[in-house]
Amino acid sequence: MAKIKYIEHSGKQHEINVANGLSVMEGAIQNDIPGIDADCGGGMACATCHVYVKEDWFNKLSAKSEGEDDMLDQAYEPSPSSRLSCQITVSDELDGLVVHLPEKQV
Amino acid sequence: MIDTDVLIVGAGPTGLFCAHQLGIIGLKCEIVDNLDKLGGQCIELYPDKPIYDIPAIPECTGEELTNNLIEQIKPFKFKSHLSDRVQEIKKEKERWTVKTSKGKEFLTTSIIIAGGVGSFEPRKFPTKNCEKFEGKSVLYSIKDKTIFKDKSVVIFGGGDSALDWAIELSKTSKVTLVHRRDEFRGAPASVEKLKELQKEKKLDVLTKFSIKDVKGNETLESIDIKGDDGETKSIKADYVLGFFGLIMQLGPILDWGLNIDKKLIPVNTENFETNKKGIFAIGDICFYPGKLKLILSGFHEGALAARGCFKYSRPNEKYKLEFTTTSKSVKERLGVKE
Repeated sequence: MAKIKYIEHSGKQHEINVANGLSVMEGAIQNDIPGIDADCGGGMACATCHVYVKEDWFNKLSAKSEGEDDMLDQAYEPSPSSRLSCQITVSDELDGLVVHLPEKQV
Repeated sequence: MIDTDVLIVGAGPTGLFCAHQLGIIGLKCEIVDNLDKLGGQCIELYPDKPIYDIPAIPECTGEELTNNLIEQIKPFKFKSHLSDRVQEIKKEKERWTVKTSKGKEFLTTSIIIAGGVGSFEPRKFPTKNCEKFEGKSVLYSIKDKTIFKDKSVVIFGGGDSALDWAIELSKTSKVTLVHRRDEFRGAPASVEKLKELQKEKKLDVLTKFSIKDVKGNETLESIDIKGDDGETKSIKADYVLGFFGLIMQLGPILDWGLNIDKKLIPVNTENFETNKKGIFAIGDICFYPGKLKLILSGFHEGALAARGCFKYSRPNEKYKLEFTTTSKSVKERLGVKE
């Protein structure tokens, strides 16, 4: 279990306990957090669960999956701190993770 | 004007199987899809990914599923209208006229929206000023490459479209390719070719840059790009091309007067009709209590919506369930010889 903070583009914060094994995307969808669309349902086939992770946490996450950057090319305003939240698996080590949501997904 | 019983909007698995069900009960249909091929998300997003929850098919890929569905509806010889999008609808007496973006017109008794999460459209530049030049000097696809001859063209993107066009246009134009990171996802041969051309100074490549602004009054003059490190550059540009892949958008359906809640269309679960008489919605785009976004649910929804259409197309006939195993008329429609 990890406490994850999702910060909407407007600044609105949502702090949620997410069970280990779920993805950061699933944590958002299951708790109705606006700003993550996840159109493809976690298949890494779209780029609508795009989040920004600031450096301190970015380096603690497991490396990007193969092809993740290819999908991120197609995200709205990707940056070097971009990740697909469906590719971040929650574990105890991620307790306190903060993800920032982009202005929009599509 | 094409006259039909049903117009299906969206040629994903749900739309295709719905066409099958319409064929089985003897209704005519036409299928419109914005992509250039049948199959929807299955073919565009995950053609090679295995799917494990299609009843009686332990495993198949998105492409295999699509090909099988196309095979399954072949007997009905339905026409599909690809690379086209439904634009506006109008009620005419008890039927609907539908216009597409390419100017096709349909007169149909019912409309079935099987639009998934929306139609695939090119992702556009986030920069507001780009809209001013869109379609003129800011482009997301190329129809006539001769317009770029001897011009300065800035291409954005790292996939095959961006690479292929950068290579092709470098023969006749001054090309700058801009991409947000060092790696390109295009075919390795294209990446090699690109590096070669860059070495020969036939084109410029700028990586770790993205668009910041476009400048010009009547015509585009230059663009500003910003680097990951905060550096800003200005490049002279007659044309800007963006190849960022496709995104899904609901588009003109939003203006049809349908109830829409969070990008979904509420329907009843008896025949999947929307708040508008004669307009049905099935698959990922529809919503009802208990809705599951699974392909198998889409199949069921399509079967029931087809019967809903039957009521409107054959108001004086009572619908009778016929089995494909036994019904002579169904077998005739399928072209099966006894």
